[in-house]
Amino acid sequence: MSRATGVRRASLLAPRTRALLEEALVPPLVAILLALVIGDLLILAVGQPPGQVYRLLLAGTWGNAYGLGQVLFKATTLVFTGLAVAVGLRAGLFNIGAESQLAAGGFLAALVGLALPAGTPGLIAIPLATLAAALGGAAAGAVPGALKARVGAHEVIVTIMLNFIVLALLNYIVAAHLHVPETLHTPEIHAGGVARLADLIPAFHGSAANLAILVAIGVAALVGWYLFRTRAGYDLRAVGLQPAAAEYGGVDVGRVWLRAFLISGALAGLGGVNFVLGYKRYYEEGFAGGAGFLGIAVALVGRNHPLGVVLAALFFATLSQGGLAIHAVVPKQMVEVLQAVVILAVAVTVPEVRRLLRGSRGRTDA
Amino acid sequence: MIVLGFLLQTVRIAVPFLFAAVGGVLSERSGLVALGLEGFMLGGAFGAVIGDFYGGGAWGGIAAGVVVGVALAALYALCVVRFRADQVIVGIAINLLVIGATRFFLLLAFDSASNSPRVAGFGEAGRGLLSSLGNPLLWLGILAVPLTAWLVHRTPFGLRLRAVGEHPEAAESLGIRVPRVRTLAVLLSGALAALGGVYLALEQHQFSDQMTAGRGFIALAAVIFGRWDPARAGVACLLFAAAETLEIQLQTVSVVPSQFVAMIPYVLTIVALAGVVGRAVPPAALGKTATVAD
Repeated sequence: MSRATGVRRASLLAPRTRALLEEALVPPLVAILLALVIGDLLILAVGQPPGQVYRLLLAGTWGNAYGLGQVLFKATTLVFTGLAVAVGLRAGLFNIGAESQLAAGGFLAALVGLALPAGTPGLIAIPLATLAAALGGAAAGAVPGALKARVGAHEVIVTIMLNFIVLALLNYIVAAHLHVPETLHTPEIHAGGVARLADLIPAFHGSAANLAILVAIGVAALVGWYLFRTRAGYDLRAVGLQPAAAEYGGVDVGRVWLRAFLISGALAGLGGVNFVLGYKRYYEEGFAGGAGFLGIAVALVGRNHPLGVVLAALFFATLSQGGLAIHAVVPKQMVEVLQAVVILAVAVTVPEVRRLLRGSRGRTDA
Repeated sequence: MIVLGFLLQTVRIAVPFLFAAVGGVLSERSGLVALGLEGFMLGGAFGAVIGDFYGGGAWGGIAAGVVVGVALAALYALCVVRFRADQVIVGIAINLLVIGATRFFLLLAFDSASNSPRVAGFGEAGRGLLSSLGNPLLWLGILAVPLTAWLVHRTPFGLRLRAVGEHPEAAESLGIRVPRVRTLAVLLSGALAALGGVYLALEQHQFSDQMTAGRGFIALAAVIFGRWDPARAGVACLLFAAAETLEIQLQTVSVVPSQFVAMIPYVLTIVALAGVVGRAVPPAALGKTATVAD
C-alpha cells in the first residue's frame, strides 16, 4: 500500500514540474512557429526569399552593436509597460491604460526636468524626475483603481476611455502652453538627463540605449520580490486568484485593487524615463507609440512573471527593430502583423494547453 | 438652414458610430466583449477601397468590406468561442493585426504608406452636404438602429441572444446552443461595424492609414452609455456626433479647445460606469470565458 503511494508520488512530482514547464514554454513556441509561417507567407507575397529576410532581421538586431542598442532601448520601455500589465493581471485586473500612464509619466518627468535649474546635479535631478514619472503614471492609474474599488466599474472600459482622455489632455497642455513652435514637443529639459549606454561602451554609438535599462532590470527584480516574497504581494496574488476567498481570509479586496492599480500605473509611468530622460530629453506627443499596448503582449507572453516579462520585452523589441532592418526589402509593417499573430496564438494556446494538461491527469492542479 | 445643416452634418458623422454601435450591442448582449469593433471598421474600410478600386464600384466596395469584417469577426469567434481565449486580449490583438495588415497591404497594393488612390464611391465629392443623402449606406445606418432593436427585443433570436448573454448555463439547459448564438452575434457585429468603415471610406473616397481613428471605441462608449440597448446606443451615437459637429462648426471661434470636445464620449462613459446618474450594468455573462461545453 505504502509502496503504491510512494510510486504514485514519485511519478506525480516529475510530471508536475514538466507540466509547469510545458505550460510556460509551449504557448510562446507555438506562437513563434505560427508567426514564422505567417511571416513566410507575407514575405512570399512581396516576392522575397523568407530565409534571407529573416537573416537580415537577425543581422540588423542582434548582429551589430547599433542594432542591439536599439533593441535594448525599445525593450527597456516594454519591460516597464509589461511589468505594469503583469502586476495588474496578478491582481486580477486588466490594465489597458499603460499607454496613457506611460505618456503621463514621461510628461511629468519632463516637467520636473524643465523646472529644475540647469546646473542641478544628476544625483538629485534624476531621482526627482524619475519619481515624477512614477507619480504621473500612478495618478493615471488611480482613477480606474478607485472606480473599481469604490463602485466596481469595469477597469477595461475605464482604462480604454481614460487613454483617450489623458492623451487628449496632455496634447492640449503641450500644444497650448509648452511646445516649441512648429513641433509637437516641449523644450529640452535643463536637468535630469540620463547617460547613454554609448558613453560607457563606445560600440553602442548612435543607438538610443541608455542607463534607464538598469532601472528596468532593478525594477523587474523588485516587482518579483514584491509579488512573491512580501505579504502585500501575497494578498495581491490571492485577490487575483480568488477575490471572494481573499476577502473571507481578511484581505480588503478594494484596497488591494487600488494599490495594484497605483503600482501598475507607476510602473508604466517609469517607462517614460527611458524616452524623456534617456533619449530625446523632451516630452513629445505620441512618444508612447503603442508601447503601452505592446505591454499587454509582453505580459501575456512573459506569463506575468518578471523574468518572463524581461525576455518577452527583448523578443518584441527585436521584432520592432527587425522591421526597420528589413524595410528595404519587405515593408516593416510585416512585424506589426507578426506581433498581433503572436498575441493571438498565445491567447489561444494558453487555455488550450492548460486544459490538455488538466485533462491528461485529472483535476489535480489548482 | 443652419439648423438643418447642423442636423445633416451630425447624421453624417453619426453613421459609422451607428453601424458599429448596433454591432457592439449584438456582440455584448451575447456575452462577448466588443473590443474588436475598431479593427472590424478599419478592415471594412480597407476592403471597401480594394473592392471599389478593382472594378467593383461602390457596391463591390460594400461587398468586399463586409467580407473583410465578417472574416475578422470569424477569427475573433474562433479564438474566443472555440478556443475560449481571453476576449480582451483577442480584441486588442485583432485591432493591432488590422492596423498592421492594412498598412502592409496598402503598401503592397498602392505603394503608399499613407493612403490609397481615389475611388468612386457614391456621387462626387465636394457637392456639399446634400450629396451624402444619395449614399444608401447613410439610410441603412439610420435603419440599422430600429432593425437591431427589433431583432434584440422582438425575435426568437433576440431572446436567445439575451439569454446567452445573461445566463449561458440556463440558456444551454433549455437547449440553446450557446456557441452558435454567440458566433452568429459576433459575425453580425463584424458585418455591421465593417459597414461603418465602408461608409467612412466611400465618403472620403479613399483609404488612409488608421482612418477610423478610434471611432470603434466611441461606438463602444455609445454601447455602454446607452446601457447595451440598441435605441439608447443610437441616441448616444447621435449625441457624440452632435458634439463633434459643434466642435467643427465652432472651430473658427474656438471657445473650447478641440481636445476637450473630443473627450466628451469617453468622459460620459466613465461617468455612466461610475454610476453618477443611474449605474450602467452590463450583461451578466459579459467577458466571462464560456463555461458551457461546446
